[in-house]
Parts: sequence; structure tokens; C-alpha cells
Amino acid sequence: MLDIATLLGAGLLQAFEPLNLMMIFVGCLAGLFIGAMPGLGSVNGVAILLPVTFLVPPTAAIIFLAALYYGAMYGGAVSSITLGIPGASTAVATVFDGRPMAQQGKADQALTAAAVASFIGGTISVVLFTLFAPPLAVFALKFGPQEEFALMVLAFATFIGLGGDDIPKTIFSILLGLVMAAVGFDIISGQPRMIFFDFVELQRGIGFLVLAIGIYGIGEMLWTLENTKGDVRIHAVTSTWKSFKKNLSHVREYLPTTALGSALGFFVGTLPAAGATPASLMSYGLAKTFARDPDSFGKGNVSGVAAPEAANNAASTGSMLPMITLGIPGSPTTAILLGGMIIWGLRPGPLLFTDRPDFVWGLIGSMYVANFVTVALNLALIPLFVRVLAMPFTILTPIIFILCFVGVFATTDRMFDVWLMLLLGLGGYLMRKLNYPVAPAVLAIVLGPLAERSLRQSLISSRGDVMTFFERPISLTCMLLALALMIYPIWLGIRRRRAGSASGTG
Amino acid sequence: MKYLKTLMASALAVAVSAPVALAEWQPRKPVEFIIMAGTGGGADQIARLLQGLIEQKGLSSRPFIPINKPGGSGAEALRYMQDKAGDDHTVMMTLNSFYTTPIIQEDLGVDVTKFTPIGLMAMDTFLLWVHTDREDITDLDSYVDAVKGAGLDWKVGGTGSGQEDSVLTAMMEAAFDYEVTYIPFPGGGTVAKNLIGKQIDSTVNNPSEQLAFYESGDSKPLVQFTGERMAAFPDVPTARELGVDIEYYMQRSVNGPPGMSPEAVEFYTNLFQTLFDSAEWQEFCVSDGLTCDGMLNGADLASFHASQVEAHKKLIAQVGAGAITGE
Amino acid sequence: MSTRSAELLMAVGLLLLSLGLMWTVVTDELHIGWVEGRGPGAGVWPFWLSAGMALASLWTLARWFRGATPESRNKAPYIDSQSLGLVLISFVALTVMLLLVQVVGTYIATALFLGFYMRFIGKHSWRTTASTCVGMVLLIYFLFEWQLTKYLPKGMKAFEDGFLWIDDFRWQYLM
Repeated sequence: MLDIATLLGAGLLQAFEPLNLMMIFVGCLAGLFIGAMPGLGSVNGVAILLPVTFLVPPTAAIIFLAALYYGAMYGGAVSSITLGIPGASTAVATVFDGRPMAQQGKADQALTAAAVASFIGGTISVVLFTLFAPPLAVFALKFGPQEEFALMVLAFATFIGLGGDDIPKTIFSILLGLVMAAVGFDIISGQPRMIFFDFVELQRGIGFLVLAIGIYGIGEMLWTLENTKGDVRIHAVTSTWKSFKKNLSHVREYLPTTALGSALGFFVGTLPAAGATPASLMSYGLAKTFARDPDSFGKGNVSGVAAPEAANNAASTGSMLPMITLGIPGSPTTAILLGGMIIWGLRPGPLLFTDRPDFVWGLIGSMYVANFVTVALNLALIPLFVRVLAMPFTILTPIIFILCFVGVFATTDRMFDVWLMLLLGLGGYLMRKLNYPVAPAVLAIVLGPLAERSLRQSLISSRGDVMTFFERPISLTCMLLALALMIYPIWLGIRRRRAGSASGTG
Repeated sequence: MKYLKTLMASALAVAVSAPVALAEWQPRKPVEFIIMAGTGGGADQIARLLQGLIEQKGLSSRPFIPINKPGGSGAEALRYMQDKAGDDHTVMMTLNSFYTTPIIQEDLGVDVTKFTPIGLMAMDTFLLWVHTDREDITDLDSYVDAVKGAGLDWKVGGTGSGQEDSVLTAMMEAAFDYEVTYIPFPGGGTVAKNLIGKQIDSTVNNPSEQLAFYESGDSKPLVQFTGERMAAFPDVPTARELGVDIEYYMQRSVNGPPGMSPEAVEFYTNLFQTLFDSAEWQEFCVSDGLTCDGMLNGADLASFHASQVEAHKKLIAQVGAGAITGE
Repeated sequence: MSTRSAELLMAVGLLLLSLGLMWTVVTDELHIGWVEGRGPGAGVWPFWLSAGMALASLWTLARWFRGATPESRNKAPYIDSQSLGLVLISFVALTVMLLLVQVVGTYIATALFLGFYMRFIGKHSWRTTASTCVGMVLLIYFLFEWQLTKYLPKGMKAFEDGFLWIDDFRWQYLM
């Protein structure tokens, strides 16, 4: 314990060196803006700025990239709330309640909640990281395909109740997302699947972002245009010192969900292959399931913004753990960070903690500092972000369309994906008008590939025996939790009905 | 008026002088550096290292932009390059799926011998790894015994059907006359982690993917599939020494699309030669167990590719495409 | 078209889509059954989930006939006639922009699209329109092309050469 304190102290001192402090500041700011662009997330930012880091020492370099990663996580929420388009896959769940809040003229409140929740999530998880890094690394190793699949089942269980009230249409939407996830090359058998009209581009599959930007960028925009007959001007928000203090005072409302989301996010983030996106979705699902007023979610509940934001920031810290201790990336972004570390001549793995404590603890120290810097920057910039909402729709709409196009192209480098986005957006709009919920499809396309792959890997390794999921302790626990989560809403419904009939109000 | 004249004159001077100043060919726009694999893997790491070195040493007037096209074991990247025929601003970092993918996916319509060879940066090697806790396995013989004893319960991890390690696994099955269960994972790093977590029993990883665990004493190599013992693993016998005729490498070369102009080829060849000779690259080769004896280029690399394509055709015919794809 | 007929049409369309998906899996000769000792084959996931989509569509159809969904009782037009024009024109303009991107390149196409939308739909003054267009183009160039080194589509050769000529100034003087 004392060891950790001294090492952490040294790490913090290192983070406060002028060069490193500047790296944190520039990284956070750059990340914030990259994350706020629709489509561009931490992956792009880190990949693109990686070569820049060859000019500074490794510790400063990783600090810069980690700060960028952090900043982008905060920034993703900005685009989700103000434009209604998820800035990155990690910020999808933030749209569900962030967008309605902005439409009700509470954008500043949503942005404040996102920043505060991100800060809490990031800080809680960096503390957990400091205290439990080595034992958690051992735990992550125990996570095989069976456990991964059980975790996916658990994730799906948390989504129950996310759909609309039309059951067959919700089922359709989930299944559509899962099927779309299977398009492309099957890694298990090596066969191409569902390559329509022999488009070789489809071999890569339908990217999650292509669907999300299509549905939320194009589809939602068309829907809004129609419903408001062009009078889209969203309530302009005036951001003053007084409103800022008032927004901060709301913290108590979403503190419990934030704390839960942070712990969950950190834990899911540490598992290799999971990453921040499932973490934020699960956190949202749980917040809704256990809320006193689940019906208000999706209509502008501030907890619905705080829960996923806390989780995705916590997960981004968490995913550094398998990267540093095992050399296994927990998310696409850490995969690139990992590449960077190797280029700097550092070999991530079990020995890094003992071989290069200056590097590891410098990074941990900088995570504490980066959290403070980003929350301060973010809160300071809220007045700027909400001004976007004051633009007339005839300027905002075409700009959003242009950003959708550039955002998709910049992430995949293919015009094919841009056309696909347009097509999916139109489809999403037409279906949405008939009360088909679109969120389940977006969630399903994220988790689909993970679920299918881990299911088949497990069954291959057990040679077709389904019991393998119930024979391993971690996997069994996840399965039981999932079962409990599925039963809980039903039980709640029955109890309410009973209570209702007992009091005679029907 | 005079001001405008000066401005016009200087603009004209820029326009005229630009081609003169650059006597030899230089890229005019950012160069697309295609990687036929996903982010975080070996090819990706190398491409990003090279990109960083190009930037650091100022070797190119325009930046190199790494773009991953991992679809279909590299099929997407190959088709992309094919469609870019004649383009001078696209180069690709390849691995062995450069050979195997067009053979397995016949209708892809890509002939890699038509691509423009630029430089062979390194040969990556393969070793057979097991967890250190398997004390009953000390050498190849005890390994084969253990596998035969376990039968299909023996789980070998790899990076996907049709990838290099699945070819090698199929070769071993043929050589030792046993059958194993092959489980694909997304990427060599994940395979390594699953070996350490004992989700799988053995794997044929590249040295770079296992090195950290080898150094921490969690995994041990049994055999190396090289011609001679590598400097990084002096105590590990080669398969040849043990009388098993398996030698397999992963080439890591840079190639351009078909029909690249000779001036551009010269530029890229010189650029990658400079990189190859740099101290940074040679250091990376040593630390990651790559073989970097000399950079093949031009006609030499073309004939190397041709012979590799033939060798892989034979190999796939021998073990059967089915054994690789697992169906 | 009324919302009522739109729901019928959509359900039938999605049913056909699901069946089409199942059909592609079968014609691709993927295993749609349990492979002994290996678990589900490559086609199981897409095939049976598409089958589920087909069933869900049938369920929606059944509910439509019984008038169980609010949409099936809704005789109002599917797309509000007052805003149909606006939705249509936005979508068509967007499509045209993407087509233009492949001909004249990102910058000219986005400027034209933004200009058209602001001037003819928004009735903004020429001054506001022009300055926003220029600002947007510069922003995209600065952020994506310059800072993030993304090479956005440049269209046909002539337009690409024109862009490169301008871009040369950046390399020559600013970097």
C-alpha cells in the first residue's frame, strides 16, 4: 500500500513536469474537438497523431495520446447532445437522452451532466486502476470465449426494455442489427457471407458507424425536418454563471447511476475485446432497469446521459490495464496505443510494471491530471457548444449532412460506405415513421460480431457441448445475472399489476 | 497595380519552378499506405513504424497515410490495389495472405505477380509455443505425444482460417499425422493471451506476439520453423534439425499496384532502402525476431513472389483448402 | 399514401427482405445446421436470425389485419404533405451532392450543396450564404485535410489537378 503511494506520488510529480503538463493540455483539447466531430472518435485521433509522438520521449508521448483518448471520450458526448449524432460508437447511448434534452432546451444541463459524469467515471476508475491493477490482470486472463459470450448475453439482458412498445417491431429491429453484423468475411470458417451483388467492399462488413451515422445523422434529420415542418430551431440556451451553478446542483440526481456506471465501465473495460462501447450501453440499460421512473428514459432523463458517459470514460481507463499488463488491447484505440509503445521501444507485458515503473506510473499520474484538465476545459466550452443549437435549421441541416458525409469517409476511406450510410439512413427514416425502434438495431450491430464469434469459439473448443457455458464459474455467474435481469422487469410488472388491482385503481 | 504584378509573377514562378526544383519524381499528394490487415497486428505495427520514420527523417515531400483494409483476409485490400492500377500514390504493406487469399478465393480476379514489387522489408518467423506449466512437454516428441493423447481435445489457437498460422497448423497435422481443433481469434495478440490464460493448448505465434510472455516465463517455444536457429532463440531447435521438413516464413514486403510508373518505383525503392538501412529498423528487427538480411527489390522480389505463389499453391493443394478453411 | 397502407407495404417489404437474406445464405452454400463437434455452421447465425425477422414481419402483418397497431388505424398520409416537399428536396439535394463529390470533388460539391440549401430553401442573403460556404470549405480543409491528413475525394482528374495546384502552396509555404 505504501509502495503504491510513493510510486503514485512520483508519477504525479512526473505528470506536473512542464512538457508533460503541456502534452496533457494539448492532448485533451485536440481530443475534445476530434471527438466532437460526428464519426471521428478516439481511434482516429490516436491513429492520426501517433507519428507526431516520435518527436518526444515515450512517457510524454503516451501521456499525450492518453490525454487525447480522454478528451475524445468527453467530446463524443458533445456531438451526441448538440447534433444528435453519436460522435463515436462509445457515445451512442448518450444520444438516447441527450438529444431529447437538447430539444427541450436543456442542452447545457445535459452537457454539464456528461462532463461531470465523465469526470467521476474517469476518476473512480483511475483509483481502481491504481489499487487493483495486478490482480485484475490475472482475472482478465481467465476470460476465455465462454466468458465473453456470457458477458454478451448479460449485455443483451440489460437492453430489455430499451425498445418501443411494439414487441414484434422491436424484435425485428434487434434481429436486423444482428444479421447486418454477420455481413462480410466469417473469421471462423473463412467464408464470405451475404456479399450482395458481389460488392467486394462488403467483405469488410457493415461498419457500426455507417449504420449509426446513417440512422442518427440522416434519418433523424429527415424525421425532424418533417415533424417540425422546417421550423427546427431548437430552444436557444443561454449559458450563464447562474445556470451553470444550477446545473451543477443537479449532480445529486444522477450520482447513484454515475457511480454504478463507473464501476461497471471500469470492469468491462479491463476485459480484453469488450471496450467502452458495450460498457456504456450496459450502463444505460442498467440505469433504466433500476430507475424509479424507467418510462422517462429516452425522453430526456439526465441519468440517461450520465450513466453511459461515466461508463465510457471509466472503460477507457480500464482498457489501458490489459494493454499495459498483458499487451492485449481492450479496445481499438488501445490497439493503436499498443503499436505506439512497441515503436517507442517499450514492450507491454507482465514485466512492464517492474521494468519501467517511471513510464507506467507517469501514465497513471497523468490520468489523474488529465481528468481535471478535461472537465475544466469541457465545462468552460459549454457556452460555445450550445451556440450550435441557436443556428437556423437552413444552415444547421446542410452542415450536419456534410459532416455525416465527411465523417463517414474520414473513418473508412471509402465512398461505398458513404452511399451505404445514405441508404441506411433513408431506410431508418421510413421505418422509424412506422414505429420501428431504431436503437436496438444499432446496439445489435455492435455486439453481434462479438456474440457470434465467442459463441462459436466456445462451442468449437467444447466440441459442440452447450453445457460449457454453465460449467465455468465466471461464465455461469454472468449467465445467472443475465437471467435475473430478464426476469426482473417481468416480476416488477406483475407486482405493479397486483398492487394496482389491490388498490382498485386498475 | 505593381503589387498585383509582383504577386502574379511570384505565383507564376512557383508554378513553373515547382517541377524544376524536383528533378526526380516526388509524390504530389499524400501517399496511401494500405495495410492488408487490421489495426494492432504485426503488419500494422510495422507500417506505422515505417510511417513514423518517414516523417521523422523527412524522406517524403508528402506524408504517408496508413489505411487498414482488413476485409476478407486481405481480399478487400488486394482488390483495392488492383483497381488502383497505374496509380503512383498507393503502396501496400503485405503479409502471406498476399499469396494465399487469391488462391483460396479464386473469383477475386487478382494476380499478385502483376503488382509492382518495391521492397522486402523483413521475413517474420514462426515458433511453436505452449504454456510453461505444461511440464510434461519439453520438446517436439513429447508435444506430439501429448497432442495424440488428447486427440480433438487439443486446442490450437490462430488468427483465422486461411491465415498463415492455419496453413502452418495444417502442415503440422499432415507431417505428424494427428488432428487438432483449430480455434480462430481476431489477431495474434489475442491468441497469445488465450494461451497464457490456458484457453488454448498451443499456438504458432510470431516471436513479437509472444516475446513479453516468454520473457516473463509464462510461455515456452518448442520448435522454430526456420532454416537456422535465430539469434533471439539460440536454444530452440529448428524443425529441420529434428528431421521434420517444415520451414515457413511470413514475408513483410511493400508493393505497389500494377503498372506503377518507373520513376515512382525508383522513388519508393530508394525510400524503403533508406528505411531498411536505418539503425531504427535494424534494431526493431533484432528486438522483434525478424530476419532482415538484405532488402530484395525489383526483379529479385518479383521472382521471389512468383516462387512463393507457386509454393503456396502446392502447399494448399497438399493440405487441401478445406483443411485451412476448416469446413 | 396513408400510414395504414405504408405499414402494410413496409411489413411485406421487410418480409421479402428477410426471405431474400435467407435465400442468399442458402445459395452461398453456407452450413445452416449444427456441425457435429464444431457447433453451429457459418450460415446458422444469418439464416435463422433472418428467419426470425420473417416471423416478426408476419406477426406485424397479423397485427395489421387485426388493427392492433396504431399505425394500421391511421388514415393520415404517411408523409405529411406540407413537409413532404422539404424532406424530398433535402434528400435529393444530399444525393446530388454525393454524386457531385465523385465528379467535382468534396470541396466544390459541399459548397454548392450548402449554398443551394441556404440560398433557396433558407432564403438567406447572398452574403451570409457565401461566407458560410467559404467558412465550411476552409474548416473541412483545415481540420480533415491538413490536421488529420485525410485525403478526401477529389473527383475527376482535372479537378484533382486543380486542387493539387492549390494544395502545393500549403506544402511550399506553410509547412
